[in-house]
Amino acid sequence: MEPLVLSDFLTLGAGLFCISVAGIFLNRKNLIILLMCIELMLLAVNMNFIAFSHFNGDIQGQVFVFFILTVAAAESAIGLAILVVLFRNRQTINVEDLNSMKG
Amino acid sequence: MTFTFTPTDLTILLPEITLLTMACLTLAIDAYLPQNMRNLTYQLAQGTLIGTALLVFATYPQQPTVAMSNMFVSDPMGAVLKIFALLIVAVAFLYSKGYLQDRRMFKGEYFVLGLFATLGMMIMISAHSLLTIYLGLELLSLSLYTMVAMHRDSQSATEAAMKYFVLGAIASGMLLYGMSILYGVTNTLDLTTLAQYLNQPQSDNHTFLLFGLVFVIVGLAFKLGAVPFHMWVPDVYQGAPTAVTLFISSAPKLAAFALLMRLLADGLQALHSDWQSILILLSILSMALGNLVAIAQTNLKRMLAYSTIAHVGYLMLGVLTATKGGYAASMFYVLVYSLMSLGAFGMIILLSRAGFEAENISDFKGLNDRSPWYAFIMSILMLSMAGVPPMLGFWAKLSVLNQLVEAGLVWLAVVAVLFAIIGAFYYLRMVWMMYFEKAQDTSPLQANMDLRVAISANGLVILLLGMAPNMLMTLCLGTLGIG
Repeated sequence: MEPLVLSDFLTLGAGLFCISVAGIFLNRKNLIILLMCIELMLLAVNMNFIAFSHFNGDIQGQVFVFFILTVAAAESAIGLAILVVLFRNRQTINVEDLNSMKG
Repeated sequence: MTFTFTPTDLTILLPEITLLTMACLTLAIDAYLPQNMRNLTYQLAQGTLIGTALLVFATYPQQPTVAMSNMFVSDPMGAVLKIFALLIVAVAFLYSKGYLQDRRMFKGEYFVLGLFATLGMMIMISAHSLLTIYLGLELLSLSLYTMVAMHRDSQSATEAAMKYFVLGAIASGMLLYGMSILYGVTNTLDLTTLAQYLNQPQSDNHTFLLFGLVFVIVGLAFKLGAVPFHMWVPDVYQGAPTAVTLFISSAPKLAAFALLMRLLADGLQALHSDWQSILILLSILSMALGNLVAIAQTNLKRMLAYSTIAHVGYLMLGVLTATKGGYAASMFYVLVYSLMSLGAFGMIILLSRAGFEAENISDFKGLNDRSPWYAFIMSILMLSMAGVPPMLGFWAKLSVLNQLVEAGLVWLAVVAVLFAIIGAFYYLRMVWMMYFEKAQDTSPLQANMDLRVAISANGLVILLLGMAPNMLMTLCLGTLGIG
């Protein structure tokens, strides 16, 4: 079996990124799925950074990943908090119901 | 990469460190304050902002100095943007105070989150590495999402917060994906090294770099609110409490401009022929959609949101020339815009009172009969936004258009003028309503004295600076090393 090369990891990263974008735009039902897609998007980026960092022999990319992970945790905490408040006001987390403002 | 750290780094970062310490201190003190002493939080926040602005002024750098292993840069452009951002936030707090008190939202969160958002802006403004750009941006965005959701019993505010959060997070994801590709190609996060790498001729990686560049620009356009990535702007402006809309629409625009400058001008200047065409497209779309859709609005906050989108289009006109003169013109534009936007949302707060939001355009009908002075101030703001001479907004538009002509993009300047004329319609309609229509609500204004004085000063500054626009323009040119 051939050893894995940089392009394999980049393809995986791009694949994960596409899945997350598709999930965000196709999903019309549940806001929690949306939050999961956002997490996946950041993980796809992490995959890219780690692959580049490993194959280019530079440590900064891995440092960046730690920061992204930390920020992602804060981000999902805030996202879930907003979700809870929204559910209290609306009794629903359906994406299609978020339409009170138009124009 | 070796991480070097010297004590002089600390003096360069002193304003940021002070702001961070004071924000944490304010948070801790606020947690133990009874509600009737909440004023102390407000005073602490204001003191912090003014003190930090003084510190930035005292440590004003004559030329760019990097600190913290090239992660952070202190330069004249950054210092001017920071001083403006800090003062604008201070004024925004002053405007919001009465509004928050009337709605039982006068809590420490607004001020503490505002301080952290300001810290995020300062880090973005001084960022000199892809990592610091990202961290500053997230500190700002996360604080803003929370501020929008602060009125937690309001359906529209929570909906706006959710939309802002989801679209903001997607934007960060796009920006990061672009950054990861830039990092992969150039093997560095530092903007100067990145620029040096790109200045060497290379052919094999160009397509890959463009791929990354597109993602970076999509992320930037989301954050700026440029069409076609503007979907969140109207909903957030309309849904958020006016005090928060006021905050979002003013100082963060300065940070967004700094973000554009750091990434495109400092880092990717060598690719300017590639990003120029994308920015041209974004700015034409923004000017067109912003100005046309604003005409159809009945909600003033929503109308101002579309006006923001149009102004972002004009803001990008200067940056896309990729010359120092163009950058200075855009900087002038963004400073002027944040002053005008501060005043316009301040007027909404001025006309609102407990249990009543003056957020419909019709609420301004006959303002001249109720208060000639504030009708005059609002007219200054509207005329300035429309770009009527001799208001400050006119000079801002003029300097941007001038740079376009100098860069040989005359057709784009013509398009920009056409949309400015279309846009003038809805601003002038506001002026017409205030002077020539009957008021539906004839009750006198109930705002506090400090709000009245501050709004009057805000309007007069725009009028007076409009008489002497060279002062501000020379400042902008000077920070970019011209003149």
